[in-house]
Amino acid sequence: MSVKKKFKGLSDKAVGWLFIGPTVLLLLAINIYPLVYAIKMSFTNFYANKIGREPQFVGLKNYIKVLNKEAIWEKMQVTASFMFWTLLLQAIIGLGLALLLNRKFKGNELLTTLIVLPMMLSPAVVGVFWTYLYNPQVGLFNYVVNFFYDLGSFDMIGSSTLAPWAIVIVDTWMWTPFTMLICLAGLRSVPNYLYEAAEVDRASKWQQFIYITLPSVLPFLLLALLFRGIENFKMFDMVVELTSGGPGSATELASINLKREAFEKWKTGYSSAFAVILFVTIFGFGNVYVKVMNKIKER
Amino acid sequence: MDTSRSYLEPSSFSKKMAAAIIIVYAVITLIPISWMVMTSFKNVDSAISYPPEVLFEPSLEGYVNLFTNRSRQSQEYLDSLPPPQNWYEELVRSREMVITGPSKFLGRYSNSMIIGFGSTFASVFLGALAAYAFSRFRVPLKDDLLFFILSTRMFPPIAVAVPIFIMYRKLGLGDTHLGMIILYTVVNLSLAVWLLKGFMDEIPKEYEEAAMIDGYSRLQAFFKVVLPQAMTGIAATAIFCMIFSWNEYAFAVLLTQFNAQTAPPFIPTIIGEGGLDWPAIGAGTTLFLLPVMIFTIILRKHLLRGITFGAVRK
Repeated sequence: MSVKKKFKGLSDKAVGWLFIGPTVLLLLAINIYPLVYAIKMSFTNFYANKIGREPQFVGLKNYIKVLNKEAIWEKMQVTASFMFWTLLLQAIIGLGLALLLNRKFKGNELLTTLIVLPMMLSPAVVGVFWTYLYNPQVGLFNYVVNFFYDLGSFDMIGSSTLAPWAIVIVDTWMWTPFTMLICLAGLRSVPNYLYEAAEVDRASKWQQFIYITLPSVLPFLLLALLFRGIENFKMFDMVVELTSGGPGSATELASINLKREAFEKWKTGYSSAFAVILFVTIFGFGNVYVKVMNKIKER
Repeated sequence: MDTSRSYLEPSSFSKKMAAAIIIVYAVITLIPISWMVMTSFKNVDSAISYPPEVLFEPSLEGYVNLFTNRSRQSQEYLDSLPPPQNWYEELVRSREMVITGPSKFLGRYSNSMIIGFGSTFASVFLGALAAYAFSRFRVPLKDDLLFFILSTRMFPPIAVAVPIFIMYRKLGLGDTHLGMIILYTVVNLSLAVWLLKGFMDEIPKEYEEAAMIDGYSRLQAFFKVVLPQAMTGIAATAIFCMIFSWNEYAFAVLLTQFNAQTAPPFIPTIIGEGGLDWPAIGAGTTLFLLPVMIFTIILRKHLLRGITFGAVRK
């Protein structure tokens, strides 16, 4: 700033460092240091439960092990299909709800607040109470499904074909409001004169939707999906409490597998390598996605 | 009657249709939550009856079970006891059990409170300082620093949990309130900085400049002029941080066991005799979710900002 020592007290520069310093230091200590530490451990055969045993440098062995393990690719597939279905459903339903809410009927605000409630709840606790709704003997979900279409007895969590859908349903129930809210903001940002001009040009409602509404909402929808994508790639809490990765490993997402390797088998070196790979993946995909998103925005 | 309706305004029929669909969706989406609250007021038998009971005789058994530890006793032993002192003892005795003491729930709940408030205060305070500096000063590498702060949020918690676990074990911070407060503060900092920067950007610079011409130092101007102006934003940010700490599970389950365990890893462990005690789990869930629902209603105007780290504003 050009203002120098015109005012009393510390200079702006000093205040700036004083204000930013603590935040950066804390992040370095509790976020970056552990990350660097994890990278370091990923090159060793360290076991965190064996204190006193000197870890040895093993080079890229852990990385090779992770990438050659078939089970890891299965986990990645489970994660990818979980992400695909949740993002698809949340995009469609969220956008649909936003379009409806944008008609500004009475009670609109109250209903928005009510719809938003599920996404503010603790995912772990949500997972616990959905095990009750999915209970094959007494669950409300099973009752409602059988009420409309008699399936007889079925077990959403216990069956390896249904369990992946069980977690998709809960995640969609919980997070659709997220895409909805962001799409709604997108819809409200469209200036009215665009529609007025289209109306003058006798564009049909459908044409207005395709050529005005959709392109304006798209960047917002993509942003929402970016946030959801990152979150669901890391997904842990809700699924752990709902299915704990089972049955077998039908819903064992990458994070859950990582937790098992790191905190149950205590293979610290190996799991660190896996963590680094996951981290690079999320960062890589995230960056590419943001680039594509910005290109679409520019158009 | 208003006849000057713009042709852009949706017709009243389409508005009614939209409202109807939204109401149906809202009802469906609220069923799981209402069901949990209803279950908390059922007794153990009613909670496992099929078809599920929509109408039932309300009972506080779930709440009693949530707050107490009980043990099953023989009828003879129960007969030999003096008559129950109060309604909850009577309720437990009717199940052929006696209360052996309070459960851990209250302790876990207050851990959630302590860690939540502690970390919220710290992250909002530090976040406000950093946000102000980013908003007003020319900071070298500003965009890189801001992106760095945001990127810390992308780490899968499990990926850094092992090093933090080892680090905390060395520092004696494992399973302590302080350790969890520091950890949640750091996780929330990115959100706090980004949100508060947005709010501070909206406060005109002229306010504190005027104050500084009147003889305030930069620090005084910040504390006496800017902070009061940013109060709404600070409150909204604080609620978001609080909700995050309140809901956090991964770090809590990995880094705490007894002393500093919060409610989310504890609630799933409320298990009754011979199967899950659904009313008690319902009661714990209800008490745990209630504050968040109230906060959500208070926050509704700022929700969008909070969930997108300030990327989307209304």
